[in-house]
Amino acid sequence: MAAGVATWLPFARAAAVGWLPLAKKTMPKPPVDSSSRSDEILYVNVSGVRFQTWKNTLDRYPDTLLGSSEKEFFYNEDTQEYFFDRDPEMFRHILNFYRTGKLHYPRHECIQAFDEELAFYGIVPEIIGDCCMEEYRDRKKENQERLAEDTEANELTDAPLPPHSTPRERLWRAFENPHTSTMALVFYYVTGFFIAVSVIANVVETVPCRPPKGSVKDLPCGQKYELAFFCMDTACVLIFTFEYLMRLFAAPSRCKFMRSVMSVIDVVAIMPYYIGLVMPENEDVSGAFVTLRVFRVFRIFKFSRHSQGLRILGYTLKSCASELGFLLFSLTMAIIIFATVMFYAEKGTKSSSFTSIPASFWYTIVTMTTLGYGDMVPKTIAGKIFGSICSLSGVLVIALPVPVIVSNFSRIYHQNQRADKMRAQQKVRLARIRMAKKGTVNAFFQYKEDRVDCTALCVKNRSAFEHQHHHLLHCLEKTTNHEFTDEMTYSELCMTESVGFRTSRSTSLSSQQGATGCCPRRARRRAAMRLANSTVSVSRGSIQELDTLHIKPTSIPQQTRSSLNAQAGDLKLNCGEHDFTAAIISTPTPPANTPDESLPPSPAPIPGILRNTRATAYTHDTFKISSL
Amino acid sequence: MGAVVGTLTMQIKQRRPSTDTADDDMEMTMASHRPEGLNQLEAQTNFSKGELQVLYRGFKNECPSGIVNEETFKQIYSQFFPHGGKEREHACAYLSLSLCSFYPAFFSSPADASTYAHYLFNAFDTAHSGSIKFEEFVAALSILLKGSVTEKLQWTFNLYDINRDGYISKDEMTDIVRAIYDMMGKYTYPVLKTDAPKQHVDAFFQKMDKNRDGVVTLDEFILSCQEDENIMRSLELFENVI
Repeated sequence: MAAGVATWLPFARAAAVGWLPLAKKTMPKPPVDSSSRSDEILYVNVSGVRFQTWKNTLDRYPDTLLGSSEKEFFYNEDTQEYFFDRDPEMFRHILNFYRTGKLHYPRHECIQAFDEELAFYGIVPEIIGDCCMEEYRDRKKENQERLAEDTEANELTDAPLPPHSTPRERLWRAFENPHTSTMALVFYYVTGFFIAVSVIANVVETVPCRPPKGSVKDLPCGQKYELAFFCMDTACVLIFTFEYLMRLFAAPSRCKFMRSVMSVIDVVAIMPYYIGLVMPENEDVSGAFVTLRVFRVFRIFKFSRHSQGLRILGYTLKSCASELGFLLFSLTMAIIIFATVMFYAEKGTKSSSFTSIPASFWYTIVTMTTLGYGDMVPKTIAGKIFGSICSLSGVLVIALPVPVIVSNFSRIYHQNQRADKMRAQQKVRLARIRMAKKGTVNAFFQYKEDRVDCTALCVKNRSAFEHQHHHLLHCLEKTTNHEFTDEMTYSELCMTESVGFRTSRSTSLSSQQGATGCCPRRARRRAAMRLANSTVSVSRGSIQELDTLHIKPTSIPQQTRSSLNAQAGDLKLNCGEHDFTAAIISTPTPPANTPDESLPPSPAPIPGILRNTRATAYTHDTFKISSL
Repeated sequence: MGAVVGTLTMQIKQRRPSTDTADDDMEMTMASHRPEGLNQLEAQTNFSKGELQVLYRGFKNECPSGIVNEETFKQIYSQFFPHGGKEREHACAYLSLSLCSFYPAFFSSPADASTYAHYLFNAFDTAHSGSIKFEEFVAALSILLKGSVTEKLQWTFNLYDINRDGYISKDEMTDIVRAIYDMMGKYTYPVLKTDAPKQHVDAFFQKMDKNRDGVVTLDEFILSCQEDENIMRSLELFENVI
């Protein structure tokens, strides 16, 4: 209510006159209001839509952009108005906030756009009025959930591996995302197959097989082919154990991995086998052992790694835990009540199956869930009446929490659908971004070539922005003394580096363009470097440092090309002088010339360097200034 | 089957559009009032047209209906005083839950500005209509900010004279003083003693009541105020607050 307080302040101060006769001491002097001008109208131009408001209106909230002196940055002297290059539709709401003191959230606007506008104008979203706060909060939460999913999905995308990952990281990645490599995929399917085999074996074990010769009774297959089943079980357990140990080894955080649900399921699936191995064939213990075998069925849960739907179901149940709890609790209450009632209603009759209240529980449950087996049936009239009430109320009690669970499941399922769609779109988007990037890189190569080759005709169709952008990239190249290149060339380089390629050293270069030119260029650079380094020993002492400085970080391609044009345009030199500009400055020009003579006659690259260095010496003045 | 029923009910609920918009909102009629013309108000009060415009804009913004009722008035006034009204009530409710057995003093009558605001409201509401219109508002402000000393003192006398009988009795004074002290709240320095208002009133009456008849009349009031240097000086401070 800041607006209200400000408006009524004169009134409150006036009312203070009423205290004066009672005052025991003199009043303090009031503050001098030097800035009290008569109110004026301000003009605010937002993308062409002109708003006008009293200055006082804006001054109500001094900690926002419009209320503070920050708006002076946007003041346009010529038009005598404040100009903001933002959305005029949104501004309407912002201005209304100043006028009425209440900020409303327009429902048809994107929540992020609105948030950005608020952030720009310095208004905290917390002051959104009650009328719109709920809507705002809901949409914001929804948006955040969606973004969280997107980042999660991004982490799981099939983006190429970071280049320097340890085998452990690669292994973990293979486990988490089977689509990254064929090995992982194979492993994924093999484990899936073995889980299925194990589960089927467990099931088939109990089917009665034809008895062996000499016996009448049907045997369960498990006993008849005991050895076979044991072998199959062992094989499965071995595979599962191996998989679990591999995952444990590869996990980035072992503690966290061990605490995760899937890991627990894995352990529970394989433990019974080992316990069974260890346990003796004791009569007392075998009962417990049989119980343990039941746990083998948990292997079926290992399928949840393979199935998205199972995971969703599990997640839904987890998120509906409170509703499920409520359902259980209310059911328990109802069961106890009705069981008691039925028991006492049927107590009199002989041969009643309602022998005790716990015995009646079974009847109550069967009736409430509308199963109605009919193994326990009330015989008295009272019993039948209560029985019917029981079945009717059962429908109600179960129907209550179910919609909540269903809506939760629906929401999570749709979120997952969206996540999958996002992932698919991500791929397309990434591909597009890669294409765009390649476009700019190609443009940059083009720019470099044009710089060297042509003159004023270079303008072509590049905007000022592009020109400056390319210049910037160029400067970076100079600083680091490396060049930008594309993937193909890079991979070629990696392969040809060891070979020590020295071919195509000369004139083919200038005619080549772009990527294909890079490779031989690069190779030439390396060759030149090797040759150049060998000349270091030849050069004289005082210039040795200069030589090394000159030659070590040279970027040959530019130099060679520029060397071809060196006579034509010294100023167009692109070589990496920046690094050793200091050296150039400190050394007098003449020594730079001497390496020319000292070096033996050599293939084209070297003269390229030398010519370049000479040119460097001539033009080092120019570059002194331009060095980064 | 229960699950089926449950799902069906949920679907039905989703399809039905939420027509929860309160139709009873339409029934809210507000008495609205428009003030007299600007020229008339200018003539009646000591404000200039520009000042009246500024005042009215603020007034209309806060009370679009054109009138202020007592509740709103109290709310507005309470905002200026940190321990006024509602906050204190909430604090007391919470504290009482935890401390009621140990510190009964904690939830003795909370400080608030509403009592004083009530008296102020009555002073503003010269027509005794139960609500303040803009003209009354401006008239009072005109006196308080731009009136002569006598007018101001007269207005203050009117404020203190709660029952409008022309005399300020000791009880009325005590009420007023207590209301003013209430605005301070509990947290004062030095600690507020319970008989502080009474002492204050005694001192006041000693000064004001010239003929010692137990009541202060308007003339006595104006006379004694004019004699007091402090009061005279203070009255000048609140000029030109706008």
